[in-house]
Amino acid sequence: MKNYALKTLLAGMLAATALGATPAFAEKVKFEFWYGLSGDLSDRVQEACHKFNDSQADYEVACVSQNTYDATLQNTIAAYRAKKQPAIAQIYDAGTLDMMLSKAFIPAKKLMADNGYKIDWNNYFSGIANYYATEKGDLESFPFNSSTGMFYYNVSAFEKAGIDFKPDTWEHVEEAARKLKAAGYDCPLAFNFDPWTMLEQYSAIHNQPIAREANGYKGLNAQLVFNKTKFVDHVKFFKKMQDEKLFVVKTKQLGMDVVPAFTSQTCQMMQTSIADHGTVGKTLPAGVKWEVAMLPVDKGTERRNSLVGGASLWVLAGRPQAEYKGAAAFLNFLGTPEMGQWWSTVTGYIPVTKTGFDAMKANGFYDKAPYKGRELAIASLTYTPTSENTRGIRLGGFTQIRMEVTTALEAIFMQNADVQKQIDTAVERGNDVLRRFEKTYAGQKLD
Amino acid sequence: MDKRSVFKSWWLPTAFAAPQLLLIFLFFYWPAVSVVKWAFTLEPPFGGAAEFVGWANFVEVFADPLYWSSVTVSLIFAFCGASVAILIGLVLALAVDRELPGSGLFRFVYILPFAIAGPAAGMAFRFILSPERGLLAPLNALHPDFWNPAKYSAHALILVIIIFIWKWAGYTFIFLLAGLQSVPRSLLEAASMDGSGPIRRAIDIQVPLLAPTLFFLLVTMMTEGFVGSDTFGIVERTTGGGPNHGTEVMVLRIVNEAFQGLNYSGASAQSIVLIGLIMIFTFIQFRFIEKRVHYK
Repeated sequence: MKNYALKTLLAGMLAATALGATPAFAEKVKFEFWYGLSGDLSDRVQEACHKFNDSQADYEVACVSQNTYDATLQNTIAAYRAKKQPAIAQIYDAGTLDMMLSKAFIPAKKLMADNGYKIDWNNYFSGIANYYATEKGDLESFPFNSSTGMFYYNVSAFEKAGIDFKPDTWEHVEEAARKLKAAGYDCPLAFNFDPWTMLEQYSAIHNQPIAREANGYKGLNAQLVFNKTKFVDHVKFFKKMQDEKLFVVKTKQLGMDVVPAFTSQTCQMMQTSIADHGTVGKTLPAGVKWEVAMLPVDKGTERRNSLVGGASLWVLAGRPQAEYKGAAAFLNFLGTPEMGQWWSTVTGYIPVTKTGFDAMKANGFYDKAPYKGRELAIASLTYTPTSENTRGIRLGGFTQIRMEVTTALEAIFMQNADVQKQIDTAVERGNDVLRRFEKTYAGQKLD
Repeated sequence: MDKRSVFKSWWLPTAFAAPQLLLIFLFFYWPAVSVVKWAFTLEPPFGGAAEFVGWANFVEVFADPLYWSSVTVSLIFAFCGASVAILIGLVLALAVDRELPGSGLFRFVYILPFAIAGPAAGMAFRFILSPERGLLAPLNALHPDFWNPAKYSAHALILVIIIFIWKWAGYTFIFLLAGLQSVPRSLLEAASMDGSGPIRRAIDIQVPLLAPTLFFLLVTMMTEGFVGSDTFGIVERTTGGGPNHGTEVMVLRIVNEAFQGLNYSGASAQSIVLIGLIMIFTFIQFRFIEKRVHYK
């Protein structure tokens, strides 16, 4: 009897598997989405997935956190090589070129067209879309969580020190730092060795190239040039400020990174991502006035748009056709203005589409704390139309190049090494990385 | 009925060994062969046609001064970490072996750090010994930069070695205590009756008799310090290889190269060099030291 029951069950399961695709047994098409966020942000992604699964009956997305961006890229690569890749993967900005040359993905535009979705691709902010688009401007992946560099300062401290101007230029920042110091603040400005703000954002805002060939957009033969731009003077300026104890290094290794240094009111100014806006608001004690502003420019410089950071969603090749229908539906769902607004509200990431941003502006989202100030990130990203130097950075092995720059900054600010020599070394070693990348993808062209 | 447990057929022992052989093949030989293959090509991360480049990856590795600095750092790390961990383990084992009141508790306490994962220990020590907020911060206030692993490579190297020792002294302790317990009590008692104190007895009797254990620990600990997952975990979590490559051990370099830089070929070439170095060291240890360890 028992045996019979078991056999029936097995037979039933077999039948279900075999007939799974037929409408009579309409089972949901399942597909996977891997992402690199953890903690609170991971919970928000899971919530988005639930919303999608509840919103329709045909598809079911399983969202799996890989904890960090680089782990997501590594695991996606490993999975792809083993032919077990997810349908969608979230890949960070620095991995964009690796993805583009991998031939392991389905371009965003093609996916949506094939599955009958009409997307207004011009609706994406060009500063955001260009980072993930081909030279011609076709989007390869879907911008998802986007941020940019911002300047945070403690207004209460500014008032106490009698500072009556905004820190909109580096000259003003210096003056503010001197006044704060005179008013007894030991650490006017905190900084670390993250090249994302000091090199990448600074270069974009000041319209300085990081590499030849339009920061790599025009070809794999790009060469780094940031040892010959205003960036060098900027680092020298920071060094001078550090020597005068106006700018202070805050790293994990020293005991406290930049953001905790700011939120504990140890330091009064910092540059970091808009994505930290939520954390800063939640962590600073009530009653402390603070503000966020666009990153400062050197006096007399015409400001340009800043660069987008964060990650985009890539649809990987080699999955069954049915999964792509689901993936397209999911990406379309995430792209709706309602979802865009929900995502920006709960995370602090900026909306990636114009309609999403307009909707949020219209219903007063940005008018009051704790969200006030976040609109400046969009203002910064869209300050000017993008130029060759502000479109983005498309360099192979960019994570390694960032590491070379970090090392150079560490040597300069911790060990008093010569500024020009260290940046020259970083450029030279970074170029070696680029040449090896070029050889690895010999014969491939960027389109 | 003959019940001798000898296998006459060849297939039965093979069948018993097969799962093990399969595992070794899957998780050791297969990856090792891939690594060798990658080391001589330029492997694109997502697969696809990889160009054969001969020794170019090795030439690149050897031409990089930072690679040689990482070899030096690894040597210092492995040597200092292993020898001090063994020394501390030995002192603790000698103390516990005297079986004074409370030694049971200490035996337990001394082993405990070994149960903590390297990265976790690294994280904890990063806070405990951070120059601005840690235990030594008051000293820094009196004398700026008295202790600053974020600034001085030497301090950073000391920091990661301390963490390694803190964890692995417990491991050497277990082996040395077991070794000490097999030292004949009669020898120690005879020495005591001749009037020698605990230190004299340790130097003249216990340590010489422990020589094989000490040698075993030297080999395993050096290897652990060189390629152990803890070495990577500790360094990655505390200093990240900095300041300015000051604590960049070879394993950290390989992992960064492969997984941050997606340069699988360069990382493979480095792995092969690393394997070669370990083989050389182990060979030297067996060739020149092992002969002298057996007390006669």
